[in-house]
Amino acid sequence: MTPKGVSLNPNSRKTKFARRFIFALSRMRNPIPVSSSIEEEVRTRSHKIKIAAYLSMARAVGSRRAWSRALLFKLRTRARRHNMIIRRRSFRLKKKRIIKNDPQGEPSQTKKLRQLVPGGKTMDMCSLLEETAHYMTCLATQVKVMQTIADHFAK
Amino acid sequence: MSSRRPRQSGTSSRITDDQIIDLVSKLRQLVPEIRNRRSDKVPASKVLQETCNYIRNLHREVDDLSERLSQLLATIDAESAEASIIRSLITQ
Repeated sequence: MTPKGVSLNPNSRKTKFARRFIFALSRMRNPIPVSSSIEEEVRTRSHKIKIAAYLSMARAVGSRRAWSRALLFKLRTRARRHNMIIRRRSFRLKKKRIIKNDPQGEPSQTKKLRQLVPGGKTMDMCSLLEETAHYMTCLATQVKVMQTIADHFAK
Repeated sequence: MSSRRPRQSGTSSRITDDQIIDLVSKLRQLVPEIRNRRSDKVPASKVLQETCNYIRNLHREVDDLSERLSQLLATIDAESAEASIIRSLITQ
């Protein structure tokens, strides 16, 4: 298997993400047969894979970025809540939260953007745009790596 | 990083309009929909709209790929797969 002349940068975001994500995937092999149906199993594992993907990317970026910090915080609090089984109450509280934003001349699409980017609700406009740009490139990398892995498995 | 109330209407003491214009043009370059069009003719609202659509599409792709990976994981052997994935990523 000769490399095509493209050197693998061990410190690139892509490599860091790929390594963490693949490691998380390898830990997901559950040899113990679960009692629920196969579709249920596939669905729960797909959810775990999705969380692992976002978590791996946020960890690869580290705490340098506001969005990765916000995402790590969200995933960790969600995991903690999941373990303590008070999910129902916290979901209800979550829905009632109102986004109090300073609507000083902000275009209407900004509100949607704030909901899409992790941590976007409390950022000022400048930071929001910067974080969005970084978040978009990281997401695109994440999708590309996942696509590569899926294509490889499919062979 | 608290957001201060601006004294004048529309302008904040820390954020200038030029900074925002620069950042919006940076976003323009990243969103593939807009990159191919002439950048000076795309208004900021359109850029934000396309950005939201693009991020939503990426989220949906992540969901689909997770689903696909979950189905594929059920049918392969882990040990050989890991090594071959890493090999394929290196030779990409």
